[in-house]
Amino acid sequence: MAAPHPAPLPVKHGERENTVIEVSGAEKVFANGTRALEPIDLGIRQGEFITLLGPSGCGKSTLLKMIANLLEPSSGDIRWWGKGFDHVGEDGKKLVFVFQDATLMPWASVRGNVRLPLDLAGAERKLADARVDQALALVGLSKFDLSYPRQLSGGMQMRASIARALVTEPNVLLMDEPFGALDEITRNKLDQDLLDLWYEKKLTVVFVTHSIYEAVFLSTRVVVMAARPGRIMREVKIDAPYPRNEAFRVSQEFAMYARDLQLLLAEASAAGAVED
Amino acid sequence: MSLDSKFMAFAMPVGVGVILLSLWEFLVWFYQVPKFLVPAPSLVATTLVQDWWLLFSSLWVTLKVTFFAFFLSVVIGTLVAFLFVQSRVVEMSFFPYAVLLQVTPIVAIAPLIIIWAKDTNTALVICATLVGLFPIISNTVLGLRSVNPGLLNLFKMNKATRFQQLVRLRIPSAAPYFFGGLRISSGLSLIGAVVAEFVAGTGGSGAGLAYQILQAGFQLNIPRLFAALFLITITGVLLFLLMVALSRLALGGWHESELVPEA
Repeated sequence: MAAPHPAPLPVKHGERENTVIEVSGAEKVFANGTRALEPIDLGIRQGEFITLLGPSGCGKSTLLKMIANLLEPSSGDIRWWGKGFDHVGEDGKKLVFVFQDATLMPWASVRGNVRLPLDLAGAERKLADARVDQALALVGLSKFDLSYPRQLSGGMQMRASIARALVTEPNVLLMDEPFGALDEITRNKLDQDLLDLWYEKKLTVVFVTHSIYEAVFLSTRVVVMAARPGRIMREVKIDAPYPRNEAFRVSQEFAMYARDLQLLLAEASAAGAVED
Repeated sequence: MSLDSKFMAFAMPVGVGVILLSLWEFLVWFYQVPKFLVPAPSLVATTLVQDWWLLFSSLWVTLKVTFFAFFLSVVIGTLVAFLFVQSRVVEMSFFPYAVLLQVTPIVAIAPLIIIWAKDTNTALVICATLVGLFPIISNTVLGLRSVNPGLLNLFKMNKATRFQQLVRLRIPSAAPYFFGGLRISSGLSLIGAVVAEFVAGTGGSGAGLAYQILQAGFQLNIPRLFAALFLITITGVLLFLLMVALSRLALGGWHESELVPEA
């Protein structure tokens, strides 16, 4: 197994060596004895777009949930901005989780849904309204603010979910296969918009997917994981300039990265199969 | 739904009703059935008009008991449901007794309640409340527990307080179930009131519809019995429709049960 790459840096977001999240030796063993993750080391730097790519059962969602503090590691440690999770939220340092499903409240309008995090935090009404307008504009849902979730397509529901994440003005976006349930055309569009958003807002994103193409298109760095037990197999730096667009998707470079990842994934699956 | 099918939804059952009533009228006339066995619908209608004040004042008595009991069922049922979802221990300890209350026939305990209660009206309200209570409890508990786990996670991640969770998440999630409970409970409160009146058999000025049915039966005044029966049925239907309207008002904007399929 190759050693992890040295820390790669995104092209434009150059706050150097600025580690946002540091996973050190974190592992997860579930109560029934299943070993979901071997001890993981992973540093996530300011402005990176990291993708966790792997077959089902490789623990990529588990890792993301530990990073979101939705799950606790069985052993090992995770630091956020060099501190424990209790300090997240201090000096405007926020991370936010985007679910696999849009997870919207069916009884509330799009506006009501996007407002929710601000309402829960007790934000002042006028300020909240302005922030909601901004977030809706960012995802292109301004005209649908009074619609109910059931009136929206799957892609638009996902946009609303992302708007709800953005409304708190987070530094870090943790996304668990957010576009997995969408058709490819909608997914490509949302990938593009997400990438533009990340670029403009200088966000840090950790993104879980099992789509190689999505991983290549989006990421500054792809973390390839293998299953049984879940572990990091290799990290691949995607060294293509931003902003990326459709031209990148059909380039030779893109195809080469996709090929490399395909081979790595095949290797990851084979490694898993031996232990079955 | 088009206007046409809306009209049909109204016209078809009314048509069936008219045909059945005509058939009834015809058979009674054809076979010369005596009115103390089966009165013709026309005679029932005439009796309803003639005895209107007597029947209406009885209906009013029954309605008062029904509404009061329904109100109590909703208030107590909702409170109990909230208590139950606060902790599993409370629910585990007390839910079987709520079921016990539900499965005990009200006719069997009504005499006891009538003996224990200070006056008959209180007894009637207690009986009807006991009947109407359970659907509210069980439906509201189910609703308060039927929260989308993803949304619950979202609330937790946003550090929502227990109160915020309750008001913004649990109560809206429970609303469709609660309104389902209302529909069942409104009808049951009426049935409870009538059954309790039967057992109590109260006379005098405060007599409800059940009393009129009993009296009409003793006197073989079958047309009046039918008229009273008709009033109870109509009241039940109206109560149900009222609950449907309430539920549409509250859930029409979002819940699947109230959606009109798009043609």
